[in-house]
Order: sequence, then structure tokens, then C-alpha cells
Amino acid sequence: MANIHAGLGTSHIPLLGRIIDIGDSAKPDWTPVFSGFEFTKQWIQKQAPDVIILVYNDHATTFDMKFIPTFAIGCAEEFKPADEGYGARPVPIVKGAPELAWHLTEQLILNGFDMTVVNEMDVDHGLTVPLSMVFGQVEKWPCRVIPLAVNTVVYPAPTGERCLALGKALRKAIEQFPAELNVQVWGTGGMSHQLLGERAGLINQPWDISFMDRLKDNATELAKISQEQYIRESGTEGSEMVMWLIMRGALNRVKEVHRHYHVPVSNTALGHIIFEEEELP
Amino acid sequence: MNSNNKSYHDIPGTTVFDGEMARKGFHLNQFCMSLMKAVNREAFKQNERAYLDQYPMSEEQKQAVLDRNFTQLIALGGNIYYLVKISSADGLSVAAAVSTMTNLSTEEYLDMMRQGGRPPEGNRYPKEQQ
Repeated sequence: MANIHAGLGTSHIPLLGRIIDIGDSAKPDWTPVFSGFEFTKQWIQKQAPDVIILVYNDHATTFDMKFIPTFAIGCAEEFKPADEGYGARPVPIVKGAPELAWHLTEQLILNGFDMTVVNEMDVDHGLTVPLSMVFGQVEKWPCRVIPLAVNTVVYPAPTGERCLALGKALRKAIEQFPAELNVQVWGTGGMSHQLLGERAGLINQPWDISFMDRLKDNATELAKISQEQYIRESGTEGSEMVMWLIMRGALNRVKEVHRHYHVPVSNTALGHIIFEEEELP
Repeated sequence: MNSNNKSYHDIPGTTVFDGEMARKGFHLNQFCMSLMKAVNREAFKQNERAYLDQYPMSEEQKQAVLDRNFTQLIALGGNIYYLVKISSADGLSVAAAVSTMTNLSTEEYLDMMRQGGRPPEGNRYPKEQQ
């Protein structure tokens, strides 16, 4: 039976992908950012997941204004890194896990989550930057990845409550899969940032810290935050945080094993957290 | 600007990309999307006006693209993730494009970010700004 014991949350800032790709991540200027992922790099070796369900949002890359799926799941054999306007990132092709992805799709739909199935798509920085932050520069990604794309570009995004519930349904579906697989769910995006208007550049550090503080034991409270509240408090793109709630929903009682927060990375507050499930007594 | 019947219309200096904006900006955003292809970027650079005329955009939208007026483009239904495809084609960073919508120069904007960003205090509700 497949199982899930751990998950992580991280921002997916495009600039950091570029810094890694040009080989600058070890430069002193970037130490405050990347040092917070040193623990993670060791940790992931020990965890050695077989599959990561990577929750992210597409940024007008694969989905344009023609189709706007609220929840989309990648069921393909593989996903190419997208050309986002200046050539594709020089990172390995992302190998999917179609058998598990289809199983999850069926279970999720039967449980009330009407997923959009995607059989062909390129994946943008929202998906590939977290992989690079955690695995570094590699010849091939050490595990398979199921992209789970959430619409956070066009209002309204799915609610926090819906996202938390999707995480719970995901867990159930993972545990019903017959093969022995170590599965992780990653929630990406955020933290506070706003990329438009006179108010661009908004960063709300107390809000971000409080979100991370409450994610372990008070996720149901966080799930009540409306998109309007996210926007007002933490910027238009701050509402990406609902994707971390999908990760949290997929885990039972957890302990926080690592946390990292840094302001700014270009326009954005960088946040990162790792949860492991507590052993049942 | 969002219509004033929306509960989020009063968030200072912010336009929420909702259905109303999406309808207004459909062709503008799809034009931006076309710049994902190198051959289209080239054609756009060759003759911006002629390239824009292939899209059923409003004259106002076309002019705002030619002027690289991001504030106006947002007001006319542009979405920032789409609009940055124009500034990327121009070789500008996202921060440089974003800063043009604020009352700061790019250097001042970057400096504000280095100082921890724009604080939420005074920026949540219009009454705070009076």
C-alpha cells in the first residue's frame, strides 16, 4: 500500500531557478536564501520519496485564458520544462506517475473533487523551481512527480477549506493504492507578495510568520481565510497560500522539522517549512 | 479598477483579476500569450502596430501596449502574468515592469524591497490613507 509520512511547503520564485541555473546559488549574496535549504537537501536524501504530488499554479504558461481549470492533475508519462518566454530551464524532464495519477483522479472524483485530467502539458517555474531548491542541479530528478495545478491566477481561487479537504481526500486515495510507494505532497507558492498596482511590493512578515505558526495545529482556522483577506493582508499573489493547505490536509498529526523565511527575493517573501508525521503512540 | 459592487474593490492600489476583468482583457491577454513564441516576439518587434492589429483588441488596449503603460493595461483587463510577457520580450525584469505601476523608480522600488517591502500598515483600507 502506498503511504505518506511527510510534506513540505515552499515558495516557487522564478528568480531562484535562474540563479541555480547560472550556477550562482553558492555566491555569498544568495547565502541567506539558499542556506535555508541545506537541511532540506539532506533530509530529502533520507526520505527518498518515490513520488511527489507537487501542488503549484501555472502562470499563464500551459493554461491561457482559453481554459482555466480550478484543479488539474497531470496524468502523463512525462512533462517538459516550459519555455516561459526566454527558453526552457536547463533542468531534467519531469517523469510522471500515470498509474498513481489516474488512481488518484478516479478516487478524487468519486469523492466529490472534479479534477481536470491533463495528458499533455509543459510545467513552468511553479513546479520546477521547488524541485531545484530541494534536489539542486541534477542529471535527472530522483523521483517521479504528479503535477497538481491549482488556479490562483483568475479570481476566485478555490477556498482554503476546499483545499484542505482536497488534501484529506488525496491522502485517502494515496492509501488505497496497492503498490508500496513512499509519497510526499508539496504545497508551493507565496508567501506575501503583490505584483501589480500602486500597492505592488507589499510584504506582510507578521502575517506570513503567523501562517507558518498555525499551519501545524490550526490549519482549519487558516482554511477560513478568504481570498479577499489574503489579498488585503498579504498582496494579490499572497492568496497562493491555499496550496500549502492541500499539503497540510494530506498529513495527519505532524511535527515541524524545519523552517526558513527570508525577505525579499525580488518581489516576494520566501517561506519554507517541512512537516513529518508523528508516530502514533 | 474593479466595479464598486465588489467587496474587494476598495483595496488600495489593487485590481483583482476577476471575471469582469478577464472578459475585458481576453484578447489583450491572448496577444500577450502569443509572445511566448520566439517567432512571434520577432514579428512583434519588427512592427508592433501591425502585429497588434491582428488581434481584436480595443484601440485603447493597443495604445497602452505601445506605450508600455502597465497601469493602464491592468485597468483594461490585462493580467500581470500575461503582461510580463511583453516586458520579458523587451528584456526587462519582472521587478522593473512591476515598479512602473508604483510611484517609485525601479531603483527606489528595489530598495524598498531590500528594506523588507511595502508595509501592510496604511495599505489595507482606503480610510487608512486619508
